[in-house]
Amino acid sequence: MSAQLTAKDFTSEQEVRWCPGCGDYAILKSVTRALADVGAEPQNTVFVSGIGCASRFPYYVETYGFHTIHGRAPAVATGLKLANPALDVWVVTGDGDALSIGGNHLLHALRRNVGLKILLFNNEIYGLTKGQYSPTSRLGTKSPSSPAGSYDNPVSPGLFALGSGARFIARAIDVDKPGLGSVLEAANGQEGTAFVEIYQNCIVYNDNVFGAFTDKKTAADTQIHVQHGEPLVFGENGSKGLRFDVGRMRLEIVDTAEAGAEVLIHDEKNTTLAQLLLSMAAPEFPVALGVVYRDPAESFESKFYRNHPTQLKRTGRVNDALRHTNTWWVK
Amino acid sequence: MHNELMSTSHDIESESVVVRFAGDSGDGVQLMGTQFVASTALAGSDFATFPDYPAEIRAPAGTTFGVSAYQINLGAGPITTAGDAPQVLVAFNPAALKVNLPLLRKGALVVINTDSFTGRGLAKAGYDLDPRKTGALDGYQLVEVDVSRLTLEAVKAFGLSKSDAGRCKNFWSLGLMLWMFGRDFDNIEDWVRKRFAANETVRDANIAALHAGHAYGETAELSAALPQLATRRAAFAPGEYRGVRGSEALALGLAAAGELADRPVVFCSYPITPASPLLHQLARLGSLGVGVFQAEDEIAAVCAAMGASYGGTIGVTSSSGPGIALKTEAIGLAINAELPLIVIDSQRGGPSTGLPTKTEQSDLYQAVYGRNADAPLPVLSARSPGDCFEVAIEAVRIALRHMTPVFVLTDGYLANAAEPWLIPDVDSFEPIQSSGVLEGQPGDAQAAAFARDPKTLGRPWIAPGMPGLMHRIGGLEKDIASGHISYDAANHQAMTQLRADKVAAVAEFIPEQDVVIGPKQGKVAVVGWGSTYGALYQAVRRVGQRHPDQVGHIHIRHINPFPKNMAALLAGFDKVVVPEMNMGQLATLLRDKLGIKVVQLNKVTGQPFLIDELVDFIELQLAADAGQAARPRAVQGERS
Repeated sequence: MSAQLTAKDFTSEQEVRWCPGCGDYAILKSVTRALADVGAEPQNTVFVSGIGCASRFPYYVETYGFHTIHGRAPAVATGLKLANPALDVWVVTGDGDALSIGGNHLLHALRRNVGLKILLFNNEIYGLTKGQYSPTSRLGTKSPSSPAGSYDNPVSPGLFALGSGARFIARAIDVDKPGLGSVLEAANGQEGTAFVEIYQNCIVYNDNVFGAFTDKKTAADTQIHVQHGEPLVFGENGSKGLRFDVGRMRLEIVDTAEAGAEVLIHDEKNTTLAQLLLSMAAPEFPVALGVVYRDPAESFESKFYRNHPTQLKRTGRVNDALRHTNTWWVK
Repeated sequence: MHNELMSTSHDIESESVVVRFAGDSGDGVQLMGTQFVASTALAGSDFATFPDYPAEIRAPAGTTFGVSAYQINLGAGPITTAGDAPQVLVAFNPAALKVNLPLLRKGALVVINTDSFTGRGLAKAGYDLDPRKTGALDGYQLVEVDVSRLTLEAVKAFGLSKSDAGRCKNFWSLGLMLWMFGRDFDNIEDWVRKRFAANETVRDANIAALHAGHAYGETAELSAALPQLATRRAAFAPGEYRGVRGSEALALGLAAAGELADRPVVFCSYPITPASPLLHQLARLGSLGVGVFQAEDEIAAVCAAMGASYGGTIGVTSSSGPGIALKTEAIGLAINAELPLIVIDSQRGGPSTGLPTKTEQSDLYQAVYGRNADAPLPVLSARSPGDCFEVAIEAVRIALRHMTPVFVLTDGYLANAAEPWLIPDVDSFEPIQSSGVLEGQPGDAQAAAFARDPKTLGRPWIAPGMPGLMHRIGGLEKDIASGHISYDAANHQAMTQLRADKVAAVAEFIPEQDVVIGPKQGKVAVVGWGSTYGALYQAVRRVGQRHPDQVGHIHIRHINPFPKNMAALLAGFDKVVVPEMNMGQLATLLRDKLGIKVVQLNKVTGQPFLIDELVDFIELQLAADAGQAARPRAVQGERS
């Protein structure tokens, strides 16, 4: 690309059809801005989605796009990466798409470490089908299909990803421009799968479900933005910190002034710490945001090509291969 | 394609011998069979084989459900089936005898391994009494050989454990068979040397067993009981030959299609019986531009194949009936997004898990009709192991020309059966053109991606990575002109019609339906598809010797759409009979598409048609009044 592209260059001319006030609008803006900032090439960028509100995303980005079927975007995207590993492939999915109908594909994309940037828009509800509870809905969620409150235990996307062998796990809030922007840039630079959970507000069916930690007035005490190599502190002026309670093998909140050096330093390669951070929930703990876990390893497509030494190029002829067995002549 | 290669018209029966090896799955019966076939090919005989595996990997030794068999029909030919009733059976244990005895021709030669015919061995096979003493073997030529003991003696010098030594008995028996058929064993010895190069003791023991079995046949006392069978050389067309199994031919055909299209092939599959041999074959063809991805499930396999096609490579997925069912939604997406995709269905007995290792042709409905909504696609079927090669190329050609998923129907029999094959020349095939960006395309990339070729109705294949052509595809209905999402009523009607027209357009590019053997018009058309080819061919040939110019054999490769002349061709016959290994699926399609009356012959025993039962049925149809009510008929199959 000769000229630096802007967010506008990555915005398609399609009329956006999300509900007014939907968190997806903010995410779309952050994504197009991030694409411009990282110098993405539109012709080498592909958005692949499944089914759900979030999955309309590819229509609104001026890149290649494939709106596939429910839950299967990671599988389609895997095939695409095998065909052309040079492409930047983003998968846009939701909590139902990724963790209910498509749970198996998400698991395997993560454990294989396919070079995909998976953006999971978690709104803890089924939006497109009009408001049923989802696999991330909290116990007791009242919905058309659970009038007395849901009784399925919810799954934690971050812990699922960690258990599946993900090498990059990050979190952000839809309307948090700097937070989401930096996470998207980090995801873009990851070899292998980058898994990003985005807390996305569904204004129609599950409004303010993340209010306990997204409310700007209390955000300082309810969010912790983790940075590799930096102390795990939050609160006004970093007044609170996280310390490891050895006796109970869990995190605890401490006053930084008192705890001093006992406040944990974030180590993004530490899976144990990642598990503790991803498990923290409001109101007892702040919610961990940013790159919680990052430990890059060779991508699946790289191994695929390494195991196909010809890089899918033909070095032999079928006419010869036909004779790689006993043959005989009839005169 | 034996009919085109050969010109002999002698009586088939005296020209060929059907041999069946049977034992426990761990007895090495399949290995013995394939080596026997190698010697048959080198001896210049025609052959067809049918491995008959048990569903269990290693069932308890000596039980009837653990019996594995390998059948070979060999001789002057043309040989197109593995043969009806074996004339020679080698049974390694009582269970193998029990399972296979009902299949044999009366008077057949039965070679049994006597030392397994003890109280325990008999009991495990479910014999209350020794069949040698009950008269069960009356009318057969029984040859009792103490194979286990003789093998142990032959390999004693190598100091193997008793169980390892016992494993050499397949080579001992192979040696005996080679003697019976007057074969040389040099090439088999070479093969053993290579195969067991890592373990010299096992290698030498196997060779010693092979020699000992052969020498045993030569001993004077035995030659009276054990006849030597000469097999005649076949009248092959000149050229270079190899043996080929359907799965090998299919794999090589896909690689050839990639070469002809100058694109890589990305094969995405999930293991399932009997489709897995194709996965194994393709995994070894990396140097031919083939990539293999073992997916987490059937749905991921088809989706990854579709993603690979979207990326500009030839995406192929493969499964058997139950797995194909899981792929169905994704195939609908490939239809709607108009992406090329090859879906290979190695059919097996069903429904559900059914008979995983047995053959059936019961996925034709699934291929032609089995999707939600109006979702047509082209369907091809392969008729013989060698034919799989051409069908694979043809399927890719159609997929790339029309931008559509294409179904290929094979079955467990084809995947595993082997035949001699005149090696084709890939350079003799037309290069495969893919649907490209048209000249004078609209300036808008979205519209350009859906600007169709008016003849094929295929849209351009624009893979991500091409500058200036960024566009979106998906499963939502799109506007016929702009390619954008459209919920317009008239547009959906037009797009549904277009998808139907596109598949119908395939008929403009495929050859007319031919008649394999027999007249182009007459009393009875025997119409088949898939792996029944060999049996139908032999049956029609035999009936034709008695009733010349009355019965034609028509075998359909293009199931959907039919070749353009199909209606006219079938109208030239008084009666259309359709034998198939299902309850009448091609029959339904013929009625549906052509509005004709057909007579069914249906067999769903998990075993291929026997030539005899087909001959009886065709002759019955010839004798019956042409106007007689067409009532479905089922074959009473042999039970195993």
